[in-house]
Amino acid sequence: MNKLKIYFVTIVLGFFMSMASNAALASSEIKIGVMQPLSGLYAGPGRSGLDGFLLALKGYANNSHQNSIDVITLDTEAKPARAPELATSLLIQHNADFIFGPAHSGVAMGMIKVLRGKDTVMVIPNAGAAAATGSLCAPNIFRTSFSSWQPSYPMGKVALDKGYKDVYLISWNYGMGRESLEAFEESFEAGGGNVVKKVLIPFPSTNFQPYISDIAAQDPDAVFVFFAGGGATKFVKDYDAMGLRGKIPLLGSGFLTEGTLEAQGEAAEGVLTTLHYAEQLDVPKNLEFRETFHAEYGHYPDIYAVQGYDAGQAIINTINLLNGDVSDKQAVIDTMEKLTINSPRGDFTFSRAHNPIQNIYLREVKDGVNVVKSLAAEALEDPARGCQL
Amino acid sequence: MQTILRTPKSAAISLGNSMTTELFFVQLINGIQYGLLLFLIASGLTLVFGVMGILNLAHGSMYMVGAYLVWYFFGVTGSFTVSAVLSALIALALGILIERVLIQRLYNRNHLDQVLLTIGMIFVFNSLQSILFGNDPYGVAVPDALSGSIPFTDNSSYPIYRIFAALICVAIAGLLYYVVSHTRLGMLIRAGESNREMVEALGVNIKVLYTTVFALGVMLAAGSGIIASPMSSIVPGMGESVLITCFVVVVIGGLGSIKGAFVGALLVGLVSTFSAVLLPSISNMIIYISMILVLLVKPQGLCAK
Repeated sequence: MNKLKIYFVTIVLGFFMSMASNAALASSEIKIGVMQPLSGLYAGPGRSGLDGFLLALKGYANNSHQNSIDVITLDTEAKPARAPELATSLLIQHNADFIFGPAHSGVAMGMIKVLRGKDTVMVIPNAGAAAATGSLCAPNIFRTSFSSWQPSYPMGKVALDKGYKDVYLISWNYGMGRESLEAFEESFEAGGGNVVKKVLIPFPSTNFQPYISDIAAQDPDAVFVFFAGGGATKFVKDYDAMGLRGKIPLLGSGFLTEGTLEAQGEAAEGVLTTLHYAEQLDVPKNLEFRETFHAEYGHYPDIYAVQGYDAGQAIINTINLLNGDVSDKQAVIDTMEKLTINSPRGDFTFSRAHNPIQNIYLREVKDGVNVVKSLAAEALEDPARGCQL
Repeated sequence: MQTILRTPKSAAISLGNSMTTELFFVQLINGIQYGLLLFLIASGLTLVFGVMGILNLAHGSMYMVGAYLVWYFFGVTGSFTVSAVLSALIALALGILIERVLIQRLYNRNHLDQVLLTIGMIFVFNSLQSILFGNDPYGVAVPDALSGSIPFTDNSSYPIYRIFAALICVAIAGLLYYVVSHTRLGMLIRAGESNREMVEALGVNIKVLYTTVFALGVMLAAGSGIIASPMSSIVPGMGESVLITCFVVVVIGGLGSIKGAFVGALLVGLVSTFSAVLLPSISNMIIYISMILVLLVKPQGLCAK
């Protein structure tokens, strides 16, 4: 009797489930899959990027065409091992027209291997791995954030201009970390600079104390680092606690002081960073965006929110230009490629490898804020090494 | 053509990998201080396992709870001392609550059930942290009285707080030693570690003992979270990373042995610190390789009974 009951329940359930999926197919919905870290170490940037993205969607919801947008949200936990499985489910099971994400470069690599050349358009709102718009570039992969090379390359010249001859490099041993240090090295050594030591520590170790002691012992002219999130907070605090702030200048890829200034407190004063955005950037769209974001969420946006918002804008503008018909993916790609994104960081266009061509600003932390000191590089285009597009 | 001259500013004796005597001394202090903190965390884990036979995988979450609580109360009261005391008291209450409500059900169950329950607790605590406190990285300022540094070289100085943290760990270690060797509770703990059933059979109120021991373990973990908070960044997932290192310490030292936790912690602290500078790319592996070596040579751990 029990077996009969189980069979009956299964059939009924299966019936209802197929009804549900049929219902989904019936309305021509545009499906956007989201793969962001919503838990774990990268949860902050993940949530931020998603908030920015949703804000862009909200601004354009219920537009002229009838299509509604269905957002499917998946938590990657910033774990590269989960990427292929989640990306495949969005592609095959959900038939996502667009895929928004990820934050973490390792996850991005996993996603790209599954999604490149497939019938969907992936828009990366953060992950900076060079390969995404480099050796693994593809017509259906776009990025509205940066390539790992972009924020760090101009800092080499900045260091040379300041007269630093010997620089100590340190970061995590993963794509973004390695590539950031290499980009700095490229411009720094080309101008005659000397890299005293380059240290890559296992990701995501935050046991910086031994290395900071080593920096003190090596006594370079300056230190260039890439760290983000919790690691950035700790490094800057440890650096200050060891008395090195002010003695050995600390230079960083912008993420060192993004979303971390409150936690870092006074320890971050005087830190120089280069990034494609700064919260006080004097661009009208920036001021407008910051207020809209604050009205919606109760706190001000960070770089991750800006990038997520721009990804949202890219997708929504494309949908609108195509009048809601995103079935022809080639048309989607052709449309998106030609967009100029009206971003809070300033307008930008996509390079042939689909990475933003954008300004890089030199910022200094003053009174708990990243103050823009100068333009470190104008309309910087990532060289897209290895890209066949 | 450009000649690049590099003038070393600090005149010091180099040993091999340009490890100067100053650097060696600083790294030694770093390693010991890190090791002492690890001991504080690991002692809680090993104590609970030794006396109760329960491997509390949510131990790292208790460390996280201590850190987040002290950050939260510091935001409310502005005083590190008050926040530390409040957080410790809440951790104590939490430990008693968890033990009474959840852990009690594990006494007669197998190890798999223990693992399932305590891993489930990890997920619950992580979600609570996300809901209550948010996912951004937080920091706790070093209390003013301890915020100075002792000048070391012309460039660097050693933060007083780290020395203070190391001393507190030593004090707590001493206290733990005293309790375990010279009090009745300690006698019961040692007896429980040797033969749990016999302790029960001898009419000791095992329930009270277990609650006390578990609460003590939780306080040790939360206490280390509190002490470490000005030195670390308070982020989601901080409990798990500490837990893994904690396991390495406890396995090297011997599960259930507090002395083993002390030896293991100092070993891991020193090896991890020195390998970080001498062999940065594989420094993470070295700790696990050490654990494997210990398991091969002496599987019960270095100080196992």
